[in-house]
Amino acid sequence: MEILICMKQTFDTEEKIFIQNGEIDDDGVERIINPYCEYAVEEGIRIKEAHGGTVRLITIGGAEAEAAIRTAMAMGVDEGYRLDLTDFPADSDEQTTSECIVQLIKQKQIPYDVILCGYMSIDNGTAQVGPRIAELLGIPHISTITSLTVDGRQVQVERDVEGDLEKVESSLPILLTAQQGLNEPRYPRLPDIMKAKRKPLHRMKWDELRVDVQMIQARTKKVAILPVEEKETGQILSGTIKEQSQELIRLLHEEAKVL
Amino acid sequence: MGTANNVLIFADIRNGTLRQVTFEAISVAHQMANGGEVHLAILESLDPNQIESLKQLKLDRMWHVDHPLLKTFNLDAYVETWVHLIDLLNPDVILTGHTALGRDVSPRVAARKRIGLLSDCIKLDTSSTYEFVFTRPIYAGKAYVQRTITKPPFFVTLRPNNFVAHFDTSLDQSIEIKTFHPNLSQISLRTVVTDVVRKVTSGVDLSEANVIVAGGRGVKSKEGFAPLEELAVVLGGAVGASRGACDAGYADYALQIGQTGKVVTPDLYIACGISGAIQHLAGMSMSKTIVAINIDPEAPIFEVADYGIVGDLFEVVPLLTKEWQRINR
Ligand SMILES: Cc1cc2nc3c(=O)[nH]c(=O)nc-3n(C[C@H](O)[C@H](O)[C@H](O)COP(=O)(O)OP(=O)(O)OC[C@H]3O[C@@H](n4cnc5c(N)ncnc54)[C@H](O)[C@@H]3O)c2cc1C
Repeated sequence: MEILICMKQTFDTEEKIFIQNGEIDDDGVERIINPYCEYAVEEGIRIKEAHGGTVRLITIGGAEAEAAIRTAMAMGVDEGYRLDLTDFPADSDEQTTSECIVQLIKQKQIPYDVILCGYMSIDNGTAQVGPRIAELLGIPHISTITSLTVDGRQVQVERDVEGDLEKVESSLPILLTAQQGLNEPRYPRLPDIMKAKRKPLHRMKWDELRVDVQMIQARTKKVAILPVEEKETGQILSGTIKEQSQELIRLLHEEAKVL
Repeated sequence: MGTANNVLIFADIRNGTLRQVTFEAISVAHQMANGGEVHLAILESLDPNQIESLKQLKLDRMWHVDHPLLKTFNLDAYVETWVHLIDLLNPDVILTGHTALGRDVSPRVAARKRIGLLSDCIKLDTSSTYEFVFTRPIYAGKAYVQRTITKPPFFVTLRPNNFVAHFDTSLDQSIEIKTFHPNLSQISLRTVVTDVVRKVTSGVDLSEANVIVAGGRGVKSKEGFAPLEELAVVLGGAVGASRGACDAGYADYALQIGQTGKVVTPDLYIACGISGAIQHLAGMSMSKTIVAINIDPEAPIFEVADYGIVGDLFEVVPLLTKEWQRINR
């Protein structure tokens, strides 16, 4: 089984967000594997453990992303590709990243029966890249999966559709996006962390890809990044519980006017 | 403002009726059309009564897409049909909800047509420099990005409950409903839905509710949700839950609010026994007014709350129900 994971590194979930000169300030932030991608990594490794094969991984990112790739390797990923779009000479958006990933797959002839992605990233959160890659490769996708069974070339999936559970069948090759609930990602063990350092990691810059910049550049453009307005500190009510409850209803009715 | 834009909306349907986000898309479409035409495409079967009422909506045309393969959701059939309609109508702007449907179909269509897609938008501005600027939350709602589109056509998905809905069915002239028969004979359906286990019990769609009473692990049991349900009923709202409550089996996953669950923007959100983890906040922090009820004064939920009561939810919630009933008598 040829398993390919598209993984993103993100800020740690708990990081506070600061804006510097109109950009998100990334100075000194803790970075993690995007949690939804972590489910994808874990599931890829489990498929290999059950069926044999190779788990490969692609990450778009600068040198800092290698920490995430090494963590995934310590979990069990065999081989990694880091694609650096840092000096891409035009604006990039989800179209750019998905086209570049697909071009990398084609150019390096990375084999795949199953491609696993996180269903969304916790930074940009558009949930576009997985389905876009599937479309560009001409393969089906199933999103927000919470359970996966691979049986020969057949796949059976349970997915979360706004809380409803949908059972879907398909066959390989396929792209799947991971939702919370799919699995519990493992913690890498120390010997595996050591071994991960020696696993093959290929680095590529965007200009090594045979892509037409005009064609894959962003169709959307950033205008501004804005902070979330500081909310005034809320009002903690006081008095007996009964008084507080009466006061709350009065405030919601008369002050906030939401009742 | 630029020239007239033709706008195509893909409807989102649940249980035979249009979801509110589709009406919200209609009002956004009118803001963007600037004299251009607004078309609405409906792929699933609608309740015949609703079709009649829709005839009075302010639209230039409604497309009823009829094909046996579209009776239930199938990704390949949907992608193909959306692409057919876009090719036929050549819209400048395509709108749909940022719902399970929109999230699944729009990126594939955008990739196929190589068009820009702005997902999960909560606000539209028209400025002098750019024709349209959309705002969307990033970093789990800890910041916003404003983005525009460099060239038409382009696709936008709208977060439910963030735009004023257009419900005006007062037009005296009824619009034309055209039936569109897509040619789907060439496509193979590569994914097949074999079963849908519906978890949504009540009629209220959480993402459209104006008032939400949500419970967390602090509710302590399934039965513990009863007082929350009573409060929701008297306030005319819906019940939601945290992941903690769902994982513990107190509430169904269909009620989950947050990054992995539903993203909601009600006028009033009452969080009972919810600590306020960032993944939960990602799903509700844009609510207009937030109330937190928690025994722990240090709980992070108080940081986003407009009003807080430090106390036992089992004491507070029934008192709120009583008080609202008393002043409404
Ligand atoms: C990738 C990922 C995605 C996630 N997605 C989501 C998501 O979509 N939605 C979500 O909610 N979570 C999500 N989580 C989980 C999240 O991190 C928290 O674990 C979860 O929100 C906690 O739920 P809780 O607040 O109900 O429970 P707890 O954190 O256990 O909080 C319970 C609260 O109840 C209070 N309490 C106890 N008894 C009472 C009482 N009698 N009266 C009043 N208060 C009381 C306590 O003081 C406490 O603050 C996600 C996590 C991950 C890793």
